[in-house]
Amino acid sequence: MDGIHDLGGKAGFGKVETEKDEPYFHEYWESRVFSMTINLGDNTDRFRHAVERIDPISYLSDTYYGRWLGGLETKLGEDGLITQEEISEHMLANGISDEGRVAARPSERISKEKKPQNSEQRDNASRPASTEPRFYVGQTVKAVPTGSDGHTRLPAYVRGKKGEIVAQHGEWVFPDSHAHWLGEMPQQLYTVAFSGSELWGSHLEEETEVRIDLFETYLMELQDE
Amino acid sequence: MSNSYVGLRAEALESLLIEKGLIQIDQIDQTISLYNERVGPMNGARVVAKAWKDPEYKKRLVEDGTGAIEEFGFVGGQIDKLVVVENSESVHNVVVCTLCSCYPWAILGLPPRWYKDPAYRSRVVKEPRKVLEEMGTTLPKDKTVRVWDSSAEIRYMVLPEMPRDWSDLSESDLAERVSRDSMIGVELLGLDRSA
Repeated sequence: MDGIHDLGGKAGFGKVETEKDEPYFHEYWESRVFSMTINLGDNTDRFRHAVERIDPISYLSDTYYGRWLGGLETKLGEDGLITQEEISEHMLANGISDEGRVAARPSERISKEKKPQNSEQRDNASRPASTEPRFYVGQTVKAVPTGSDGHTRLPAYVRGKKGEIVAQHGEWVFPDSHAHWLGEMPQQLYTVAFSGSELWGSHLEEETEVRIDLFETYLMELQDE
Repeated sequence: MSNSYVGLRAEALESLLIEKGLIQIDQIDQTISLYNERVGPMNGARVVAKAWKDPEYKKRLVEDGTGAIEEFGFVGGQIDKLVVVENSESVHNVVVCTLCSCYPWAILGLPPRWYKDPAYRSRVVKEPRKVLEEMGTTLPKDKTVRVWDSSAEIRYMVLPEMPRDWSDLSESDLAERVSRDSMIGVELLGLDRSA
């Protein structure tokens, strides 16, 4: 989905602010949210999609682990384990007023899909190949121009752009289906190199390149245009 | 800030999860200890130092990063496939994740805040030279800057160039000098950064 999370190439965020001798966690609650998310993790793609659906204003102002909390709340709700109302009620019972926070916008697509009974802890997302790769290393390809209304790992900034396949990685779990509990549907994964001038025009920096890992259905041959 | 709304909400969620038996408090504590104590950039630094000292190892590391780090037996932060990209006279590598904040936890630990913030994620794919310069690293114009956007489950680590005057140091001394930022690709080693 074309959400706020898809940040590549966006302008207006200013300088990169670094911090010397930064701790892993700035607040106690950040470590708790991190650990709860890791321990309850059974589908990273689905968790990422929950984070992507956080209200854009909150996404930018919540900081990283605030976004994780939002994503975790949404995922737990959609998996039928704990609702956001239960969390708010629990807070009210302890005298803390609910600020009406909505962790993430519910997705119509997601809400109809249920967590499979036999879903297991996440293992390696690499899968044995069952298909021949459609593209070869050295081939010039184009990223498809269209996005998806669900989860996808095709960022907007490479769509419709030409690049060269520089590596082929075999088959991997396809996040676009797995995030929606629609199965792994493994497909071929490639690293594709895009020149800076192809992506941004030639008026920007010279001699820059972006290499990005893209699934087979994100790509097309040049003559398919 | 521990009384912040989000902090209190996290606390409420934790109580509910424990009440419902979905998670144990020990589990939560243990994971935090693991990431605070045993998973961090000191792991990647050992890998880099070994590669600098042992050309055979370096060859294996660049060809098959996943296999080459197995012998270290790092615990936590599983990496499905590790690709190590080597800096050279002609190419400088830098790593980002524009869509979320994918990062090679097992060898670099949890990422710094700037890596997860919108400024770095939005800009480094578009104007990497400028971003690096602002962060203290100026690259020659004729050196290719290669930005790796970690969009799938493959994780990337930069193998920095060893400063020439470090060649007499032992592997363990070298490991102490390899910085986290040099393995993300936003720092060149051997420059006096206090200047």
